[in-house]
Amino acid sequence: NPYAGLVSHLRASWLSGKTRPMEYRVAQLEALGRFLDDKKQEILEATELDMGKPSFEAFFSEILLCKNELNVTLNNLCHWMKDEYVDKNLVMQLDSAFIRKDPYGVVLIIAPWNYPIHLFLVPLIGAIAAGNCAIIKPSEISKHTERLVAETLSCYLDNDCFAVVTGGVPETTRLLENKFDYIFFTGSPPVGRIVMTAAAKHLTPVTLELGGKNPCYVSDTCDVTNVARRVAWGRFFNAGQTCIAPDYLLCTVEMQDKLMPALREAITEFFGPNPRESPDFGRIVSDKQFRRLRALLGSGRVALGGQTDEAERYIAPTVLADVLPTDPAMQEEIFGPILPIVVIANMDEAIDFINARPRPLALYAFSCDSKIVNQVLERTSSGGFCGNDTLMHVTLTSLPFGGIGNSGLGKYHGKFTFDTFSHHRGCLHRSMGLEALNTPRYPPYTQQKLGLLTSAFEVKRRGTCTLL
Amino acid sequence: NPFEGLVSHLRASWLSGKTRPVEYRMAQLKALGHFLDDKKKQILEATASDLGKPPFEAELSEIFLCKNELHEALNNLPRWMKDEQVDRTLAMQLDSAFIRKEPYGVVLIIAPWNYPIQLCLVPLIGAIAAGNCVIIKPSEVSKKTERIVAEVLPSYLDKDCFAVVTGGVPETARLLENKFDYIFFTGSPPVGRIVMTAAAKHLTPVTLELGGKNPCYVSDTCDVTNVARRVAWGRFFNAGQTCVAPDYLLCTVEMQDKLIPALRKAIDDFYGPNPRESPDFGRIVSDKQFRRLRALLGSGRVALGGQTDEAERYIAPTVLVDVQPSDPVMQEEIFGPILPVITITNMDEAIDFINSRERPLALYAFSSDDKIVTQVLERTSSGGFCGNDTLMHLLLTSLPFGGIGSSGLGMYHGKFSFDTFSHLRGCLRRGMGREPLNAPRYPPYTPQKFGVIRATAKVTPKSDCALL
Repeated sequence: NPYAGLVSHLRASWLSGKTRPMEYRVAQLEALGRFLDDKKQEILEATELDMGKPSFEAFFSEILLCKNELNVTLNNLCHWMKDEYVDKNLVMQLDSAFIRKDPYGVVLIIAPWNYPIHLFLVPLIGAIAAGNCAIIKPSEISKHTERLVAETLSCYLDNDCFAVVTGGVPETTRLLENKFDYIFFTGSPPVGRIVMTAAAKHLTPVTLELGGKNPCYVSDTCDVTNVARRVAWGRFFNAGQTCIAPDYLLCTVEMQDKLMPALREAITEFFGPNPRESPDFGRIVSDKQFRRLRALLGSGRVALGGQTDEAERYIAPTVLADVLPTDPAMQEEIFGPILPIVVIANMDEAIDFINARPRPLALYAFSCDSKIVNQVLERTSSGGFCGNDTLMHVTLTSLPFGGIGNSGLGKYHGKFTFDTFSHHRGCLHRSMGLEALNTPRYPPYTQQKLGLLTSAFEVKRRGTCTLL
Repeated sequence: NPFEGLVSHLRASWLSGKTRPVEYRMAQLKALGHFLDDKKKQILEATASDLGKPPFEAELSEIFLCKNELHEALNNLPRWMKDEQVDRTLAMQLDSAFIRKEPYGVVLIIAPWNYPIQLCLVPLIGAIAAGNCVIIKPSEVSKKTERIVAEVLPSYLDKDCFAVVTGGVPETARLLENKFDYIFFTGSPPVGRIVMTAAAKHLTPVTLELGGKNPCYVSDTCDVTNVARRVAWGRFFNAGQTCVAPDYLLCTVEMQDKLIPALRKAIDDFYGPNPRESPDFGRIVSDKQFRRLRALLGSGRVALGGQTDEAERYIAPTVLVDVQPSDPVMQEEIFGPILPVITITNMDEAIDFINSRERPLALYAFSSDDKIVTQVLERTSSGGFCGNDTLMHLLLTSLPFGGIGSSGLGMYHGKFSFDTFSHLRGCLRRGMGREPLNAPRYPPYTPQKFGVIRATAKVTPKSDCALL
């Protein structure tokens, strides 16, 4: 077991208590902030080399959003760490009852390649804030970013408590043989199953941020120009390699006919007549992913885009029309700059279509009529939801971010990350005296004692209140 | 797959939306209340037959505690169900951002035999409150209670949405082949691993309420009489078959010498000179468990009790001394009326002893000195904690109840049960118009646009605050 020594070392550090004081956690978090500031240029360059990520996008997703999470955490950590005092019954009025937030211990964070800094850093912020030690396993696919993280992160964090492990599938498998106290995984559902199965051997709790096909329903009553821009932005950001990108559109044939020119207009506005020459459009991360995506271009009919360049791993911002549910583009999460349109007759059919499939990480509905947006929200189930826009719900640190069903389990962002990596320990501290209060519970049992106990501890049924 | 039809039927009921309205859920919960009222006598008789549970204990643990949880849910459900509005950034002031509580779908609750009504009903209350459909799998070991749950409970609940499945290990294994949307398991760690492994195949989230050896540290400064009574009560309630019972004592030799006579007196006060004749002391649930426990009596030396009767499955309230960490009684969760005492020289040694073992579901510390109780709490890790008493932290519905490490994952009771069975869906509803607000995020990217984004989306760091 090549990692046993490392895991033990981190476990010993955790047991020593060094990660417990707030000052320690704040110092580590501030160091992460300095990492983001000092290495900003290197991060932008690495993500550009790895997947042609435009600097603006990298700055936003890999730096700004991470700094937001850092600041929310630093602003609130002392409040989050405090014991939460809870309501007590009559008998316990003189006792102290509270929820203590304890770290789990040594946690493992496995990150994917598409937002390679963000998707390990944001969980790491929560893990540190909650007092844990952590092993970070960045993706080997985003090679330049992996090297940056492996070589420089250790200069910022306490090496007794935080470590980076690199490698591919064999190394990750060996790493997972070890007992961790929490595992946070972002990646695909099949690998999520493998991680959860490995975690089960040690009864390790997990958060799995997975994916799926995020439906995007566009009703007939909408501002077509705005819809096209918002959808195109969400689909083509990071060349489509976003777990919450709108994966496919559902609309009527009439709406498709209006959307197509609007999407063409939006794409031209964003990336110019030849997106391959735009500095603002990304590339596909690997040859394998490129070939997978190129094969999907055969589904339906290419209405916009469709050009590819294997040497650059370029796939043009593409819209496919006349796509059937059985087509290859509808069998897997696309994770690229291709947007299929599936035509339906009405909202009910769209909802049935969505509900017949695995529950997605994100669900989008566009309509000027808020009742329609509400209906889609009410009648479907998804990790998160955004009405009349794409991606934006995950920029609010006050909203929990996570999947359901195949798209994942658990949630994070903001305080939810701190809570994910904390054990909520129910604590009651009673007095050594006041024994008379306890006598009704002891044998020999009598009806009278039972009556005393039930009246002291009873939660009574209150009068009804209406749902506001 | 013998249960496939049943699971599909429940899934269809859930997809029909019938469990969503608050009125429906309240009606099902009230019906559970009627079940407890109408069938109280049968429940007391069944648990008396299954494990000699004294009616007082059954009324308290199987009826009263469940009714408290029911009332807590009925009193608060409309409020728990409401969308929670969340803080928004500057750019989203005109949007609607909230957390919607949604059911998972079809959940499976697997209950054990020791508190056979409570441990299926309390999770069920949360599952119903959260809008799920449920399959309940009561324990086949507590046979009479299993029959009540299987034959009587369904007539109180909507059969389209709630079902009981009976059987042993083979049936449970077949049941677990199906895809559930949540699995709530109470039982032993080895079976917990099996359940989590089965859940991993379908990426099903789980709560596992397991067990372990709950340490009970008694410092030299305490009221020996009170300690003895509180510990004896916690250990011998339900003949020791309680997942949060104090499993073993840690104290100095001096304290042991004082505790033994105090424990003798407490046992005598509770059960009389011959506990076998007391109506207030339970029996062991099965021959297998009886034989397992009888074998543990060989560890150390019997200081109090030690008598057994195989025909009645009676094991006397027993205290063992001179117990070595390597003895059989220290190798497994006792789950019976046997209390080993391990002597240590001081609190630090007790804490090291505790920390070198698996993290328990409950941890107890007795001291007249609050600082000692606080130190034990701070320097250890456990599911829950109670200072100067045993079991009582479970009586507060405002405290989360759950394990850590091999004692479990997840938590419930009170609102925590509702939260366990709810998916927190992050929702953002934006306007169809006001497109200029979005313009800065679209390509072509410029530093000017970035400046605007940063200004509107940024979270600024506040100044330091002190940990109160």
